[in-house]
Amino acid sequence: MNKQTANQLSQWKKEWRQGFEREKARILVCAGTGCVANGSLEVYAALKQEVVARGEYVTIDVLLEEEGKTGVAVANSGCHGFCEMGPLVRVEPSGVLYTKVKATDAAEIVAALLDDGKPVERILYHHPLTGEVYAKEHEIPFYHHQQRTALKHCGQLDPEDIREYVADGGYEALRKVLTELTPEAVCREIIDSGLRGRGGGGFPTGRKWELTRIEQNAKKYVVCNGDEGDPGAFMDRSLLEGDPHRILEGMAIAGYAIGADEGYIYVRAEYPLAVQRLKTAIKEAEHYGLLGQNILGSGFNFQLKIKEGAGAFVCGEETALIASIEGKRGMPSPKPPFPAQEGLWGKPTLINNVETFANIAEIIVKGADWFSKIGAEKNAGTKTFAITGQVANTGLIEVPLGTTLRKAVFEIGGGIRGGKKFKAVQIGGPSGGCLTEEHLDLPLDFDSLKSVGAMIGSGGLVVMDEGTCMVEVARFFMNFTQNESCGKCVPCREGTKRMLEILQRAVDGEGRPEDVDLIQDLAEAVRDGSLCGLGKTAPNPVLTMLKYFKDEYIAHVVDKKCPAGVCSALKGYQIDPEKCKGCTKCARSCPVQAISGEVKKPFTINQEKCIKCGACVESCPFKAIKEG
Amino acid sequence: MKQGVNEGLKGDSSTNYQRKFEKVNEIINRLGRSRSALIPILQEVQAEYRYLPEEILTYVATALGLSPASVFGVATFYAQFSLEAKGKYVIKICDGTACHVRGSNPVLEAIKKRVNLTGKKHTTDDLRYTVETVSCLGACGLAPVVMINDKIYGQMTPEAINIILDELEKEDAEDE
Repeated sequence: MNKQTANQLSQWKKEWRQGFEREKARILVCAGTGCVANGSLEVYAALKQEVVARGEYVTIDVLLEEEGKTGVAVANSGCHGFCEMGPLVRVEPSGVLYTKVKATDAAEIVAALLDDGKPVERILYHHPLTGEVYAKEHEIPFYHHQQRTALKHCGQLDPEDIREYVADGGYEALRKVLTELTPEAVCREIIDSGLRGRGGGGFPTGRKWELTRIEQNAKKYVVCNGDEGDPGAFMDRSLLEGDPHRILEGMAIAGYAIGADEGYIYVRAEYPLAVQRLKTAIKEAEHYGLLGQNILGSGFNFQLKIKEGAGAFVCGEETALIASIEGKRGMPSPKPPFPAQEGLWGKPTLINNVETFANIAEIIVKGADWFSKIGAEKNAGTKTFAITGQVANTGLIEVPLGTTLRKAVFEIGGGIRGGKKFKAVQIGGPSGGCLTEEHLDLPLDFDSLKSVGAMIGSGGLVVMDEGTCMVEVARFFMNFTQNESCGKCVPCREGTKRMLEILQRAVDGEGRPEDVDLIQDLAEAVRDGSLCGLGKTAPNPVLTMLKYFKDEYIAHVVDKKCPAGVCSALKGYQIDPEKCKGCTKCARSCPVQAISGEVKKPFTINQEKCIKCGACVESCPFKAIKEG
Repeated sequence: MKQGVNEGLKGDSSTNYQRKFEKVNEIINRLGRSRSALIPILQEVQAEYRYLPEEILTYVATALGLSPASVFGVATFYAQFSLEAKGKYVIKICDGTACHVRGSNPVLEAIKKRVNLTGKKHTTDDLRYTVETVSCLGACGLAPVVMINDKIYGQMTPEAINIILDELEKEDAEDE
């Protein structure tokens, strides 16, 4: 063991940290996908120009070169998770967070920082309900109730500069395992931490490592599953974009623990920015000898490659993902053999999710004991959730496992938009399950969710209000799984298609009363007769819909009504004779002449002719026309 | 398959033939001829031609020592690959859960109406626009989201997307 090289890391850390400490202030502009879409790169350019004009602009290169130099740095960061309020700009060390920033705000932001120190109130966060103004990021209710561990660096560090990561203690965990721990001890540490796979299944991570470690084989692989296919989940994207080195470090530690010298990161093709940041990160890590041959002089070699997915939801399943890396159709195969025994090219392979790898370095540095104390019984640690849909604050959150759904939706999420009533939450993507009002106090952890027929999945939380039709939502999910079924198992391939047909009939107003039992039978058959997770869980939306919203389904197929008023084929319009003044406006606005009547007397709608376009509703000055 | 390699290129002179496969050869040589290189090769071919021409699939199969069926199997399995020519602007409307519940459908309808696409057709006859839905772009905080080529537009409405398409057309007109 070459001590000098292992010490090199601490020297870099010290040297770079001293450089960063000489920054007077730092302006961080979010460069996650969401903020970039809202123009954050223009905001970055404007802020930089403004700081340059003030003669204060410095970069880390300058700070390291010129002793005693100081100034203001302007940098890009990864995703803060509060995408809806973007572009976000954070000022350090004060911790002030500006929201919805435009390039034209740059001068004011810089003036506030350099001159009077008072933040620009106009672009601070204003609470949508109370109107209260919050200056500091951690005081905003959205952040205040969170505990960010995996997302710790997201929004804080520049993901394209390894020096920031190292100065913050990055790669310290890798150094520790290489110099102080045996592979067996690393596996033990992860087992003791109680960490469970963050990709959905919740299998104990340490056990998976240990099972791969004990395989006798000269060649093994580590694979990072970044095929985040669940619609409504984007934690993997945010982590890969916002803190790529954390993932690389976690994978290298896993490589050492199981005895692998090669790894693959499988990323969805829909995430170009994540791919680019990973490429940069791998190059930088190799440059400093933190990846590649003889890492930190320890004799341990570890090489990483990126594989871009080509668009197939089923590839999130580990055996399908392996087939895809091998260049085949991404179809699952029966287990056993498990990937730990025969995985990529038949070699023992460890596959973990992005978020799982993001937790590794902290566990090694702070210890298994620290980690196991966070969260709930048998559900250690924190979990990220992507909270979206009809909720006031959408974004990416991280809370200890066991936090209640109510806290996530109402305290962090800020409740339902537009003052509507909460109806349900879809958790864990299309094959997850649905939680209703009665579950609001249910702890969000692997086991509690399983007990009510749902699952954490990747951690998508799509909030739905009273205006959502659950039958239409079930149809929407079935359409997704039917499209994504790989076609290998007949129950899944044919069953999802037939279930979709039955649900389609219901929303088209052609449902049959016998469908209620038929779809239940079919759903159970698909669940029991499919090989992989996709098929086994594809009927979940149907089963939970039938369990919690059966009335709504019966209303569609028996009474031919959509209680939420969403399904247009089941909509009908009625004129309230009490309110109608016979002004003829509706009759004139109707494109198919379905409305008739005598002037100054209540009009009526011919339901046969009506095409349910809703034009009459808008034209009526007396609000006399209602859906129903 | 309707045409084999030679049949498909009958009309081409031998220089055209060479030029057509020059780029493919370059891609194959760079990425290697192993089975695991197949998907990256197809991705680069698609980036080059905006779709996967049939004769090139057979060519890739021969170069990698695979049967054309297994290459077609892969090309048709993944959503990213298209066997039909795509438009200059590929408009992807996200229909993930978050976008769906916040109204992605009216946006899709507005786009289709605007570029005159009906039924199952995805690409306009003048090869200007391809309109498709995707399951999730991972920008759920901005729902509903539309991606045009590589650029993401958030919080879309039927009105907003029309303004964006107006601008695209204006830029196009200036270029031409």
